[in-house]
Parts: sequence; C-alpha cells; structure tokens
Amino acid sequence: MNFPFLSSLILLPLIGSFFILITKPGKNTNNKSAKYVALFTSFSNFIISIYIWYIFDPHIFDFQFVENKSWINGFINYKVGIDGISILFIILTTLISPLCIISVNNTVTNKLKEFLIAILVMESLMIGVFCSLDLVIFYLFFEGGLIPMFLIIGIWGGSRRVYSAFKFFLFTLLGSVLMLVAIISIFWINGTTDIVELYKTGIHVKYQYLLWLAFFSSFAVKTPMWPVHTWLPDAHVEAPTAGSVLLAAILLKMAGYGFIRFSIGLFPVASEYFIPLIYFLSLVAIVYTSFVALMQDDMKKLIAYSSVAHMGYVTLGIFTMTQQGLEGSIVQMISHGLVSAALFLCVGVVYERMHSRLIASYGGIVSIMPRYAVLFMIFTLAAIGLPGTSGFIGEFLILMGAFKKSIIVATIATLGVILGAAYMLWLYKRVIFGKLNNIELIKMLDLNKSETFILVSLAIPTLVFGFYPEPLLNTIEVSINNLIDTYNYQISLIE
Amino acid sequence: MEYTLVFLPLLGALLSGFFGRLIGDRNSEILTSLLVSISAILSFIIFKEVTLNNYENNLVIFKWITSGLLEVNWSIKIDAVSSVMLVVVCFVSSLVHIYSIGYMSHDPHKTRFMSYLSLFTFAMLMLVTSDNFLQLFFGWEGVGLCSYFLIGFWFKKDSANKAAIKAFIVNRVGDFGFALGIFLIFYLFGTVNYDEVFSQIPQYINNEISFFYISLNAINLICILLFIGAMGKSAQFLLHTWLPDAMEGPTPVSALIHAATMVTAGVFLVVRCSPIFEYSQLALNFICLVGMTTAFFAATVAIVQNDIKKIIAYSTCSQLGYMFFAAGVGAYNVAMFHLFTHAFFKALLFLGSGSVIHSFKDEQDIRNMGGVWKKLPYTWILMIIGTLALTGFPFLSGYYSKDAIIEFAYMRGNFFGTLAAYIGIFTALLTAVYSWRLIFKTFHGSYENKNLKIESIHESPHIMVIPLIILAVGSAFAGYLFKELFIGPLSSENFWKDSIKFIIPLTTDHPPYWVIYLTPIIVVSAIPISYYLFIKNKSITLWLVNENKPLYKFLINKWYFDELYNYIFILPSKKIGIFLWKNIDVKTIDRFGPDGISSIIKKLSDKAVKFQSGYIYQYAFIMLIGFSALLTYLIIL
Repeated sequence: MNFPFLSSLILLPLIGSFFILITKPGKNTNNKSAKYVALFTSFSNFIISIYIWYIFDPHIFDFQFVENKSWINGFINYKVGIDGISILFIILTTLISPLCIISVNNTVTNKLKEFLIAILVMESLMIGVFCSLDLVIFYLFFEGGLIPMFLIIGIWGGSRRVYSAFKFFLFTLLGSVLMLVAIISIFWINGTTDIVELYKTGIHVKYQYLLWLAFFSSFAVKTPMWPVHTWLPDAHVEAPTAGSVLLAAILLKMAGYGFIRFSIGLFPVASEYFIPLIYFLSLVAIVYTSFVALMQDDMKKLIAYSSVAHMGYVTLGIFTMTQQGLEGSIVQMISHGLVSAALFLCVGVVYERMHSRLIASYGGIVSIMPRYAVLFMIFTLAAIGLPGTSGFIGEFLILMGAFKKSIIVATIATLGVILGAAYMLWLYKRVIFGKLNNIELIKMLDLNKSETFILVSLAIPTLVFGFYPEPLLNTIEVSINNLIDTYNYQISLIE
Repeated sequence: MEYTLVFLPLLGALLSGFFGRLIGDRNSEILTSLLVSISAILSFIIFKEVTLNNYENNLVIFKWITSGLLEVNWSIKIDAVSSVMLVVVCFVSSLVHIYSIGYMSHDPHKTRFMSYLSLFTFAMLMLVTSDNFLQLFFGWEGVGLCSYFLIGFWFKKDSANKAAIKAFIVNRVGDFGFALGIFLIFYLFGTVNYDEVFSQIPQYINNEISFFYISLNAINLICILLFIGAMGKSAQFLLHTWLPDAMEGPTPVSALIHAATMVTAGVFLVVRCSPIFEYSQLALNFICLVGMTTAFFAATVAIVQNDIKKIIAYSTCSQLGYMFFAAGVGAYNVAMFHLFTHAFFKALLFLGSGSVIHSFKDEQDIRNMGGVWKKLPYTWILMIIGTLALTGFPFLSGYYSKDAIIEFAYMRGNFFGTLAAYIGIFTALLTAVYSWRLIFKTFHGSYENKNLKIESIHESPHIMVIPLIILAVGSAFAGYLFKELFIGPLSSENFWKDSIKFIIPLTTDHPPYWVIYLTPIIVVSAIPISYYLFIKNKSITLWLVNENKPLYKFLINKWYFDELYNYIFILPSKKIGIFLWKNIDVKTIDRFGPDGISSIIKKLSDKAVKFQSGYIYQYAFIMLIGFSALLTYLIIL
C-alpha cells in the first residue's frame, strides 16, 4: 500500500485546473473542453475516493494511508493520513465537487474557465483539510480554502457581492489568526506540530484552555455558531449556486471536523471545561435561527439560517462526548452536506429561470414542474429529519446522546424539531403549492437532464442512508470509540 | 407471508407513483387495490392463525442503526395486538382503495392519489408490526407524512395546504413528547426494543429522574411523554385542532386515515406499552382524564357543526376519547375492541358521507341537503346502519364495545373510572343526538339545496356502494362475533397473552343493572327525540340557540381553540422571528460586529488621510513643530 492515494487525491484537481488554464480561451459561454477536463478530474477523484473507502479497514483506529515527507527540515512535515472520520468527509467533498461542476453548465456564463479553476482548487484544499496530520499543513489548507471562496463570492456573486465577500473574509480571518498563534505556541510547547505525536504526548493542562479558545474562535466562525453566524446568510445570498453548495456542503463541515479532530483530540480537559458554553451556543443557534428562518422572505437566506440551526445540532452532538452524539454529529454533517447542497441547487434551479430568490414570486409550480416538486420534497423532508432520510439518523442520535448528558439541553434542542418542520414546510407550501398566480411562471420548464441527474444523485444517498446508515456508522465506529476512550482517559488523569 | 403482507402496499405505491403515467390511470388503480386486497386477505389468515393456533413471530428484516448500545432492526412482529391492527388497517385500506376508484373518477391525479394511499398503508403496517420504538416512530412519522400529502392533495386550495401543515406541525408537537419519551427509555434501559424494555420495567419502578430540576418518577415521566405523542396523533384534547381541518382532504382519506387507522395509532401505542403504563397510576389517571374530556368536548362541538364531514370528524375525536379512557382504566382490551368496531362503522359513515357529497356535487353543508333518502336508498340505509352502530344501538357492534367501556370504567372502582363512566353515559346521549341530527338533516325533511335540482341527485356507482355494504356488515356483526374473543372473561389468557399486560386483572363481576340498561335506553330514546327536534319542530332548536347565544357561539367556534392558539403560539412566533432577525442579527451583531469594525477602520483611515494633504507648507510646519518639541525636550533634560 505504498501508492500515495491521498496525495493524488489532493493533487489531481490541481493538475486538472492547470490543464484548464492552458485550454484555448474560447468563447466564455461555450468552453466545452474546460468543462470536460474539470468534470473528468473531479469525477476520477470521486472514483478514487470510493476505492479508498473500499480498501479502508474500519477495524483499526490508527491512521491509514499515511504519507510523511519532510518539508521544512526538522520543523514541518507534509504528513497526511485518514481514519474513519476523515474518509467520509473526503467522499462528501469528491461527490459534491463534480455535481457543482455539472451545475455550472447553466448558471455561470462569465469567466467560466476561472470559475472551474476556483472550484477545483477548492476541492484540493478541502480534501487536504480532511487528511492533514500536521497542524501547519492543516492551517494552510484550512485558510487556503478561504481564497477561492472569497473569489467565487466576490467575482461571480450577486449585486452586494463585495460587501458579502468582505464580511465573509473578515469574520473567518479574525478567528483564524488566533488559531495560527495557537499552532505556533503548540510548536513552542511541545516541539512538534505532528498530530499523531501530539495525541500520544498530550498537551499540558495549563495551556489547554487558552489554546482551546483560540481554535474555538476559528471553528465557531466557520461552523458558524451564534453570534458569529451573520456572515453566512449574506455569503449564501450573494454567492452563485455552486458557491453556495460548496460553502454549505463542505466548508462548514471543516469546522465540525476541526472540533472533533483538534478541540476534543488535543484539548480534552479544556473541552470538558467549556462544554456548557458549547451547549449554550448550540441551543441558541437551534432555537434562535429557527425563529429567524421562519420569517425570511428570501429562499436562500431561509436555507442559510436553517444551516446554522442544523450545525447547532452538530456542535451539540460533538460535545456530548457519547457514542450516539458523536456518530450522530458525523452522520448529521454528511446528511446536511447532501441536503443543504441539494436545497441550494433547488433554489438555483428556479432562480435561473425566474431570477428571483423571493418566496413571494413563486407559488403553484408543482403543476408545471412536477419532477422538481418531488425532488424538492425529498430534500425538504430530509431537512426536517423525517425517519427514512439521513437527516433523521443524525438528529435522533445527537438528541439521544444529548439526553444522556442533560435532559434540559435535549428537551430544548428537540423543540427545534417542531420549528424546523414549520419553516421548511411553510417554505415548500409557498413555493410549490397553491394557485399559479404569477403568470410568468408558466414559462418555466421542468428539470433538464443535468439538473435531474444532480438532484437524483444527491437524493439517492439521502434516502439510502436513511434506511441503511450502517455503511457510515461502521466506518466511524472504531475511530469514535478510540476518541472517546482517549478523551475519558485524559480526563481521568486530571482527577 | 408477513413480508408479502407488509411490502405489497409499498410495491403498489412505488409502481403507481413512479410508473403511473406509463401504466395508465385505470391500471394503477386496479393494481394498487389488488395488492392491498391481497394484503388484506393475508392479514385475515394471520389473524386466524393467531386466534386459533397461538401463532407469534418476530422477523428481522435487516439492521437499521447500530451506535454503541443502540441496536435497532427493521422488523415484523406478529402477536395478538398487531394482528388485530393488521386486519383493521389492511381491510379498511383495501375497501377505501376500491371506493376511491369511483370517488376520484373525475380527478386528474388518480395515480398520485392511489400511490399515497398505498404508501400510507405501508407506513401504517410498519408502525403496527414494529418490535421497537424507533421503527414505531418511523411508521408514526410516515403516516403523518402521508396524511400531510393527502390532506393537501388538492394543492391549489389554500385552505387544504394550511390544514396539511397544521396537521403536520401539531403532530410534531406530540412527536416532541414522544421523541423525548424514547430518549428517556434509551437512557434508562439502554435499548429501545419492546421486549427488552418491558422486561426491565419492574426493576425501575422506583427510579427518580430530575426533569427541569423537578424530581419525578421515571416510569411516570416515560408514560406521560409517550402519551403526549399519542395525544397528537389521536387528536386528543389540546392537540385535537388539526383533525377537523384535516377534512380538507378527499373523503376516502378521511375514512382511512382520520377515522379508522392513523388516528387510532395513539390508542395502539398505549395498548402496546401496557407493560409500562400498568406501572404508572398517575399516567393512567391522566389518560383517563384526557380521554373523557375529549369525548365530552368533541361531542358538544359536533352537535352544532353544519359540515357533514366535520361532524363525523368530531365524532371520531370523541370516540377516540372513549378508547383512551378505556385504556386509562386499565381495560386495554376493551379499548382495542372499540378501536376494532369503530374502524368499521366510522369508515362506513365517512364513505357514506362521501357518497352523499359525491351526489351533491361537493356540497358538504347539511343545511343545504335534506329529503333525499329516496334518491339515495343504499347510502341512506347504510348510513343508518353506521349511525346505529356508532350510537350503540342494541346488538350492533358499537353497543358491545362502547357499553363495555362504560361498564369497565364503572367497575374499576376508583374516582376517575366512575367519573369517566358518568361522562361516557352522558356523551353517549350527545353522540346519539348529533348522529341523528346528521341523518335527519341530510336525508329527511325538505330539500334545501338551491344550486342543484333534486332530480339531478342520484345514487353513487356500484364500486362505491359495494365497499359500503361490506363495511355495514362489519358494523352490524363485528361486535357480536368478536365480543368473546376480545373482551370475554378468558380473553386475556386465550387471545391477548403477553401482548397486553394486566397487573390488576379485569373484574368479571357484573356491574349494577342500571349501568347496563341506562345507555341503551338513552340511545334508543334519542332517535324519536332527535327526529322531533330536527324535523318536526325546528322552533325548539332555534329557540335554544337564541336563548343561549354565548354558549352556541362558544360551541360553534369549537371552544375558540384555533383563535387561542393563534394568539399564544403563532403570532408570537412570528414576532420573535422578526425581532431576532431585525433587532439582534442586523441591528446588534452586524452593527457592532463586522460593520462596526469596518466603519471604525474607515474613520481612522479617514483621519489618517487628512495628514497626507500634499501641501509642502503643512508638512514643513509639522516638521518644525516636531523639531522644536524634540529640541525643547533635550534642552530641559
């Protein structure tokens, strides 16, 4: 097993984007060769990642496929490797990216080549985040992801794109700077930034609290947690569809992954100490943003706020430190990756036809777009967490885990289930059902082939994992077990 | 056999839903009806096996979720309780499928409708055959979803959409309790499988648990939480508001979902969990109280309603109340018996009213009907059989089950039981009055419809009448035939066995004679009285209405629950949403957060810009000041 699978996953999109760069700059609207190159690379990446999942051994908790090369001698190593947790996020990334590229077909007309390059670079960086085993490498990938996203919003966005792009950048950078400081301090304290080493040696308790807060500030913004969530609705509203999809499906997951890998893995004592804070912020996120989502008149904003609520469940689940809670969080993240991506694509479908994101401009389109209505319904139900969809597995496991820790927290979080149903069904009703009042809507065509393909390929895993989530749960079980054991061991050392 | 039974409706739903256009309307109607009918036949075979040969089975289909201690399978569990439910669900469902072929003949979306009906049947089967709480929850939400689809089936009607969402959300409030109940079960017992949970209950009867800083008995809390779920699904008092509105759906849907099957899922849950509920007298009393309140409340509202379907909907609500207080006094088998008989006559009444509505070209107001009994002879007779059975007319099915409820409640001997018996008797009177009011106003008296000529009223097609006849046979004889099996003195040992637990065995004593005879006498005498009030001498009812205006308004507005909920839940939620968004997100976080920071930076840089004016003399002046200041500093030092 010496083939550098992970490096090739990371490099392939970069190579692809290089080829796109040298394709002939044809007419912007019809840049077929660039599209094919992008599609080919991202799709081969998906196949490779599925193959990695297939040969991945879920019964050992050590990192697998580890590659370690010295980069700056004695200081930083390029070290990558995956465990049961990372592999799922990598597959999510490699699944979403080609779908994004297909969706670009219809939406982006301006500077298509550059857009595709941005998406591919983004894919590389995000895969890098999920498999880096060195803090510095992680930081590079993590922050590097900001740049293509910033460009995607700032160049291809809507009318207030510059404001949104800067807001996005300002928020995320603010948190990240602190994380950088923390990483440097870890190097001074422990003399290494190798995560596996750090897991073994542990970080001295007296430093943990400050370091935890520094990492937290970065992850909290990216998650996003209340009250640093306000960049997300703006970023989503202005971003082009593919940008929203990447943002919601993968970028937000980097924070959840970060919490699991770093906050809990490196600073267990501090994590235990800050649990009340996390619970409080998660509950506020769940209840507060659900109320806000209820009153939105812009579809994208509504879904953006619902993302905040869903990520609130994720952070809650992670810090329950129970098997159910953590596994639920990961399933919830995967599920939210599929569902929110699909919901933003659904909005994109009608936006592209009507150029309006306002709920009020739609209504009654089930009679002209039945196929769209069915798929939209599936994702709405998954967002509500109806049993039989992946959303249910995540939400229910998280709440079960939370109940073990605190009945009050679980009860308040369960309230979000009612509110979630309210805002999603109300959205669906106002867009899809009712009388066809807006005459212009009649001209809308039902989903074309590529749109159907994208949405169906997201609907299938959503439903399959709802009825049979074992592939996900099996993959993460051992890693999660190990994480909890180490965590409890470290806590017990203090007492 | 079990697999076939459960999955045929799913197959029908998928075929009709995805390939409906390919196979055509008529074919998909026949296909779905046929598949569900096969399920119905299989359900009878299983029921027979269970009754005669003590058949029991617990099949595992495949693993669903494993996470730590939590292990849940997709399963099919057959025992006495689930076999009764199988018969009810499959039998009514198959008749409703067939009936719908006629009823929906003018609708453009037949395949979609049939697909939903079959999907509902599947979800309901998953619910009743589950061997664990999680699959039960799956079925629970699944039937809720299909109910949502079917209430909002006519998606162009705004009222239908609103009713659909209302049904879903109110049910979610119930599910909130139900879900917490499941969490608590898992927390205490480390499993959600019925058998494993039930076997551990006796060890936990004294466990205390802190819920919002109040120490409560764990078993009590579990029972109350589960029952909140049951209240939502079975439209019990406080969570009942969705059921009358759900009548926006097509009438076959009302018959299947909102009368015979889905709404009885709450009763099923309580009966299924009898091994838990038996250990919580508090929860049983609560159930009893809620049940009798609902029975009484819904009956009072039903008396003044004018929409034919809403009357029957409130009647359903009221009858569900009976089932609950039967369970609340520990007579779970009697509750199941009433559930069983109720399915026949209530489905009959709904389908009958559907036939009336069909004949009147979608008219639902009974004030615009009347005098058509000769025009609709079959519907008329069949509806009368249904009404007789519902009111508990001697020797029809409702007589056996409803009177048994009242008798068992009375014989329970505690305060709640006795109270429930009295309320049950009084509600029986109300039931008779509103049911006969419906019959008389619809079929008798003078013809009141101004839009349709009486000549144009005609009987419904055979395909609609035949299911009614079958249901009428059930309504008439089901009580007599199954009385011994369900509630006879030996029913617990011979039929229910472990599926229902009785800690206090049900009494076999005879209740006093006045309890036995009072209800039938009231019920029979209510017929001529209603006839007099609603046909012969309408001035009395008018006088009553005019004399008691406030009471009448209170009743016709359904005790003002919708207005109340709108005022205390919906409007505040919207206000909170707007407030949090506009005032906190935009005016606080953004203003002092990113916008604040960027405006401070901008101000600072604006100030800094002023220094760089570009005028040499200003620079020279500043330099001079600086130089002199430095010089002064040095000199003084």
